[in-house]
Amino acid sequence: MKNTFIMRNPSVMWFLLGLALFTLAVTLLSEATGNGYISTSFVKTLGKTLCLCLIAVAMDVVWGYCGILSLGHFAFFGIGGYAVGMWLMYARTHSIVVTSLAGQPLPATPQEISDAIGTQIFGVVGSSDFPTIWAFADSLTLQLLAVIIVPGLLALVFGWLAFRSRVTGVYLSILTQAMTLALSLYLFQNDSGLRGNNGLSGLQNIPGLEHLGQDVISIWFFWASALGLGLGYLLFAWVTSGQMGSAIRAIRDDEARVRFLGYHVESYKLFVFTLTAVIAGLAGALYYPQAGIINPAEIAPIASIYLAVWVAIGGRGRLYGAVIGAAFVSLLSSWFTGGSAPDVNLGFYLIKWTDWWLVLLGMTFVCVTLFFPKGIGGLFDYLVRKPAADRTGDFGPDAGSWRQKEGAP
Amino acid sequence: MLRTYIRVLLLALLAGFSAPALQAQSLQDLSLQDALQIDAGAFASPSRRTVGATITALIETGHAQVPLFLQHWQAKELWQRDADGLFFYVTGDGPYQLIDIVTGEPVGTAEKSELSQIKPNAGVRRVIGAALVRFLLLDPALESRIAAVEAIERSPEAGHLEPLRASIAAEQDAALRARKTRLERIVTARFGTDPVARLNAIDDLAGDVSLDVRGVLSQILDADDGVATSLPEGVNIAQIRNPEAGYEELIEAGLAPAPVTRATIRAALEANITGETVGGVPVAELGTDEARATAYAALASQGLAPPQLTNAQRAAAVEAHVFYSLYSEPDAAITDAARAVREAIEDRVGWFQLGDLTLDGLSLASIYFLAAIGLAITFGVMGVINMAHGEFIMMGAYTGYVVQQYIPNYTVSILVALPLAFAVTFAAGVAMERLVIRWLYHRPLETLLATFGISIALQQLAKNIFGTQARPLTSPGWLDGAWVLNDVVSISYIRIAIFVLALICLAFLLFVLNRTRLGLEVRAVTQNPGMAASMGINPDKINMLTFGLGSGIAGIAGVAIGLYAKVTSELGADYIVQSFMTVVVGGVGNVWGALAGASLIGFLQKGIEWFNPSNTLAAQTYMILFIILFIQFRPKGIVALKGRAAGD
Repeated sequence: MKNTFIMRNPSVMWFLLGLALFTLAVTLLSEATGNGYISTSFVKTLGKTLCLCLIAVAMDVVWGYCGILSLGHFAFFGIGGYAVGMWLMYARTHSIVVTSLAGQPLPATPQEISDAIGTQIFGVVGSSDFPTIWAFADSLTLQLLAVIIVPGLLALVFGWLAFRSRVTGVYLSILTQAMTLALSLYLFQNDSGLRGNNGLSGLQNIPGLEHLGQDVISIWFFWASALGLGLGYLLFAWVTSGQMGSAIRAIRDDEARVRFLGYHVESYKLFVFTLTAVIAGLAGALYYPQAGIINPAEIAPIASIYLAVWVAIGGRGRLYGAVIGAAFVSLLSSWFTGGSAPDVNLGFYLIKWTDWWLVLLGMTFVCVTLFFPKGIGGLFDYLVRKPAADRTGDFGPDAGSWRQKEGAP
Repeated sequence: MLRTYIRVLLLALLAGFSAPALQAQSLQDLSLQDALQIDAGAFASPSRRTVGATITALIETGHAQVPLFLQHWQAKELWQRDADGLFFYVTGDGPYQLIDIVTGEPVGTAEKSELSQIKPNAGVRRVIGAALVRFLLLDPALESRIAAVEAIERSPEAGHLEPLRASIAAEQDAALRARKTRLERIVTARFGTDPVARLNAIDDLAGDVSLDVRGVLSQILDADDGVATSLPEGVNIAQIRNPEAGYEELIEAGLAPAPVTRATIRAALEANITGETVGGVPVAELGTDEARATAYAALASQGLAPPQLTNAQRAAAVEAHVFYSLYSEPDAAITDAARAVREAIEDRVGWFQLGDLTLDGLSLASIYFLAAIGLAITFGVMGVINMAHGEFIMMGAYTGYVVQQYIPNYTVSILVALPLAFAVTFAAGVAMERLVIRWLYHRPLETLLATFGISIALQQLAKNIFGTQARPLTSPGWLDGAWVLNDVVSISYIRIAIFVLALICLAFLLFVLNRTRLGLEVRAVTQNPGMAASMGINPDKINMLTFGLGSGIAGIAGVAIGLYAKVTSELGADYIVQSFMTVVVGGVGNVWGALAGASLIGFLQKGIEWFNPSNTLAAQTYMILFIILFIQFRPKGIVALKGRAAGD
């Protein structure tokens, strides 16, 4: 019992406990299952935040543990959202079309139903034919498989190409950013087959569950998001612990040395990159039914950079740091930009937070990078006395590796 | 109608078409007003069909006032007095001033109710205009002659040919005569009556890539698609077509019955529901195409619906017909000559388009070069990625905008704005280097993120100060317009100016890096900071100055970009990814690398756009994919530093 995985990683236990308590609290306060103290829309916001926490954890593993600053993980998130959104939109339009065609004297043929769905979905981009990409949209199972397979395959191919030719550091960051930009520009086209800049909409209506109110559906999705975050956290905690975790962190600190020690660095990086991409896709698939709409702007490179900002503010290299950063910054951001933050009157100038929030965020971010490289998660080090790391000297001679000061406990 | 016709005939007779010279002479003796009064109705309410003869007769009278009269008539400025039917020109409002059409002198006033305005319809006015051209081509004023030539160029007609030919010999202005001669060739090629003359004219058009020549050739080669059971005889066939949508064309031509589609099947079935069945099939089972086809076949056999054609029947119908296209020009020799000339011209147009594309690519490349060169310097020398580089470009553009608020003269303001933008962004760059980047050397990923934080803060600051709407940065008047070589190749002066500016920046940078003490030290720090420091160079100072230099050039790029794009707070963000691509593709730390990267990306983007001009989004997508693949093969960029200079 003493040497179980959880006991060796007490932070995992504390995190799961906290998450369970939080879920229970929200359940008891929600409209559907509790006293209605928390509105349905806020339950959705919390559910979405949990999904963002999940992708932040994935980002932390790929950046904080493996040292790959990927500016493309929101692309995988978006792909997951599109994959599940296609089924949601198809199935819902299908039920609407079948109802409306039932009034006709002849029963509708499958072809007629398919044509009518095509007109409904693609009328907005001046088309009525189903693009090839929608071939499996009628099957929930296949689309859910696509949530895993498409981001995984994309990450696998991209990562294989990039790692094989030893593209590292900022070059890799810029390449991932370029990939994200290419994907979002492609999706912005009307003939991409995914409704161009209109995106997919009406995703909050779950086909087959129309008889349930949004309050019930929102709490179900909240539970699913909490479960997803819990399982994802466990998975990543397991991946980053033990021998494999050591290898991954070693790659971050000095890639060349790990290679000389006989490890196949590319395989490790590719594994981490692909696994985090798949989890990002799953997080997206949970996120967008709660958001209700997805469009290419969500995939734009800026979103992925914000993801890195969350992780950096929360604290890299510790999984709960990423969760804290994502939850804290995204909730704070919606509080400030939503207009509910009180204006500050300086006497000569009235600071409206809707205008000044980004300035504050940018400056905070610079300060965190300069002065608190451990982020918010670093505060826990004051609570928990960590044993002094058995390391001496500099962590590595390469540019980009950790300095002694930074790695000190 | 008959009366009008007789009147026109009478007028023509009087005017001397077939009448004795004496009678024509007597008509010329009449004043213009009297000549008009012979058949006032033909002028007061002209019809499209007869107005040609009326005008010809009028011109035959040879009165000097005829052109002026035609102008007024065409411009709806001719009025008729109701009392006596006399024609006048009119000026003023209220009581109108009447002007005699013969003398051009005022002859009294009249109320509006006493007059009626003559309003020829559009078709008539076009005929009048064609007649006017004859006079205008010989007008003493050069502007009028040029206007007439332009009118013919816009819409040439067969009637223009004779007056045009007649006017060439008398033309004094050499340039206009050349233009008239060329126009005569074009009009002859299209409307000439003598086939030999037309062939000569078509041959003379060879090699001319202008739009009007190409337009005339395609009018001559205008062909209509047709379909028949056998090829028609005695016509000029353009080609026998391979029918792709053959059956649909047969339906359109009325040569085949419409096919039975899903929609017609459904309509027929719905119309023939008897009780619970259609054609013996229960209605509830008609949810598949097969069941519907069975039911429809039953209906067809009862004669309630047209039978369904099999694919073989449709193919046979297509097989039995010949599809062709037919020139509207009956003379095969002329169409052959025109086709040969057009092919030669298309080849030339292709080459010119390539030249135009090269110019476009060059201009885009110079923009990317300006935007990226600062980044290449900082990245190359210091290994620092500056995500706020785009915001420095934006700062430069806003500096230009602010300068224009204080200096209204656009030329002076641009000349002030360029160094000022350099100074402002130089200062901003140095400040950023001192405050932030200095502390983050050796941690490039964190530099990337910290500068990103600065980037979003600067962008939002610009929004708060200047608002979200686009601000204009107006270029001086002498940069308006474009340099036009011919109808295919042209480039705007602003783009030429940006190209020149890029060249100046390139020369400036090469001079600074290769010929000055600062450049020497910068190169030394780039290659080996430790060794440079031990040689007495202060790397801190060099880093600061290099960063300032790179940022300053971003400011200059901002002014240049602001001249042709609207200045917004997102201006820089639009260029940042392309700038990174340029640096990465070109190779880091090298002016020539940035130049090579910018050229590759600029030409590539224009090239891809040329294949699919309607879709710049797709062009960018494919370009980025290309770059990702390119990095696979040359991870260090086109111009890679080698040996010790590479630093690894």
